[in-house]
Amino acid sequence: MVAFLLQRLGFAGLTMAVISVLAFAIIQLPPGDFVDTYIANLSASGSAVSQAEAEALRQLYGLDQPIWVQYFKWVSRILAGDFGESMEWRRPVSEVIGDRLWMTVLISFFALILTWGIALPIGIISAVRQYSIADYAFTFLSFIGLAIPNFLLALVVMYVAFRYFGANVGGLFSAEFELAPWSLAKVWDLIKHLPLPGLILALAGTAQLVRIMRANLLDELRKPYVVTARAKGLPERRVILKYPVRAALNPFASTIAYLFPYLVSGSVIVSIVLSLPTVGPLLVKALIAQDMFLAGTIILLLGALTVVGTFISDLVLMWIDPRIRHQMD
Amino acid sequence: MSDIAAPQAASAQAEASIASAGQARLIWWRFRRHRLAVASGILVILFYLIAAFADFLAYADPHASDSRRTYIPPQMIRLWDEDGSFRPHVLGLRGQRDMQTFQLVYRPDPGRKLDVVFFARGYEYRLFGLFPTDRHLLGLRDAGPADGIFLLGTDVQGRDLWSRLMVATRVSLTIGLVGVTISLFLGVLLGGISAIHGGWIDLVVQRLIEVIRSLPTIPLWMGLAAALPTSWSVTQIYFAITILIAFLAWTDLARVVRGKFLSLKSEDFVLAAELAGAGQLRIIFKHMLPSFASHVIAATTLALPAMIISETSLSFLGLGLRPPAISWGILLQDAQNIQTLALAPWLLAAAVPVILVILAFNFLGDGLRDAADPYGT
Repeated sequence: MVAFLLQRLGFAGLTMAVISVLAFAIIQLPPGDFVDTYIANLSASGSAVSQAEAEALRQLYGLDQPIWVQYFKWVSRILAGDFGESMEWRRPVSEVIGDRLWMTVLISFFALILTWGIALPIGIISAVRQYSIADYAFTFLSFIGLAIPNFLLALVVMYVAFRYFGANVGGLFSAEFELAPWSLAKVWDLIKHLPLPGLILALAGTAQLVRIMRANLLDELRKPYVVTARAKGLPERRVILKYPVRAALNPFASTIAYLFPYLVSGSVIVSIVLSLPTVGPLLVKALIAQDMFLAGTIILLLGALTVVGTFISDLVLMWIDPRIRHQMD
Repeated sequence: MSDIAAPQAASAQAEASIASAGQARLIWWRFRRHRLAVASGILVILFYLIAAFADFLAYADPHASDSRRTYIPPQMIRLWDEDGSFRPHVLGLRGQRDMQTFQLVYRPDPGRKLDVVFFARGYEYRLFGLFPTDRHLLGLRDAGPADGIFLLGTDVQGRDLWSRLMVATRVSLTIGLVGVTISLFLGVLLGGISAIHGGWIDLVVQRLIEVIRSLPTIPLWMGLAAALPTSWSVTQIYFAITILIAFLAWTDLARVVRGKFLSLKSEDFVLAAELAGAGQLRIIFKHMLPSFASHVIAATTLALPAMIISETSLSFLGLGLRPPAISWGILLQDAQNIQTLALAPWLLAAAVPVILVILAFNFLGDGLRDAADPYGT
């Protein structure tokens, strides 16, 4: 068990390292170094930077040194909690991002729970009542969910809500709470706004999970132990829920590891359409304005988020599956 | 399958034909039973025909903007005249300014009928990029400069949406093909090497796949795509985007190839070939490849819709292809905010082919996968 944990931790570290290299590469990619861009931005807005100041900035970021030295300087500054300065906002990146990261976590996590909550019962029903009307209807619906990219779904939902209900469904807060400090009323407002974007985000992943669950459960249901249980007169509900569902849950659970990065990814694009206060719209703006420290940091943080999510899903898997728990003992 | 009333001879004959049928024929028989997959396959072919004849099916220059034609709503082609005779025509449009909202509103003018003719002359293009021509499927006879067919209406710059959709279909469908070819190459190469060599190479490739699969793809794509120089031409951006998408999308194919390779390696016919003295390359290409090619084709078909979604999403965000290129994502970009949608809901038309193509590819891929599996029912 400990060995499994260590292995997964090592893997999380490796993934994080790859993500940090990619994020650093994205920061470095635009032509010229970022001090050049910074100076250009400053002088465009009227304030000049002296040669000495520019030199000091270059020294600070080690721009005169080889690329790997720059990378390690960048990483060590991040580990110390300094993400650099946003050129567009002229404020530290951590301040610009602020609450938005937690909103991303909230929405992605909520969507994850919804995906599970929808896919599990539907998967079970479609398997137990194979080729029934419900099975066909759910299969069809899940295919539709698979086929509509979630930003498109968000667009259509927004249009329908506007056209037929006269409501603007964008955002996560009502206008009066948008800038208000946190309070119980604001949290309640957030809870009221959360289901729609959560559902839009969850639908795309649901299709895949339903199909996995259905296939797994169908395999299990054909096994002799199910026949035995039924022959011994166990109630149908127990026959299905007690063993086959638990066994089928296993490969199902291992997909969370890929589901979470997928949802975080999706939240970026859905947030842009629905103008949710997550890091998504910020990332697009930063990328278009070539505000690379901000963009790089957001990509790094989103990466870290998926790594943590993957690790947690490994823990869940260990908890569900006795085979993994006892493998190493 | 077998008919109860039929004598034994018939079923014996069927058995014989199954026994003597090649792998491809068996797969085709199994695939044919999958009605939805067959229908999807036909739909996919139709879409690629649209892609091939995009300019022919368009009737207005997709790039030509005209400020007098902004946001014209879709107009149907009327097939019958009032007296019941067959005469395909559209009504001329008259723009009027609504004195309350100051918006230009277009109303059909029943007094002006414009005949629709087939194989009409229009803007010049090259069919298949080779033959210069100016023939289009539809066109108007004696049309004035302001007249036109508006099957799907126009956008803010007065460009005809139908014509743009046709050209976008070509771009979006081929970008998927190019991307999937690259990731197929990467997947077969890395999956194959990983399975043949095993040991530390296998370990490295497997970890690499796992790492890539746990990356948040959309933010990464966005970051990399945004870093493409703005000075690049449309074609350069097009290829850069496909490579970017393929770079993160090969992992599924690599897993399929590796899995199949490993399971085939221990098959008797591979051992037999080995004992008969066949070289490794010969075993791989002559004996193993035919048995898993069908699986790879199915996996590729299932990978295509993901590519199309990626391109559409990136372009939709303004980080993928850039205008003047036309793709489904770029068309949908115009429909990004609720104000525009309220004014011109027909801009969402580009969503229909996206959904249809993705559904069709999914059903087709599923059907192919089931057909390729010799142990399936």
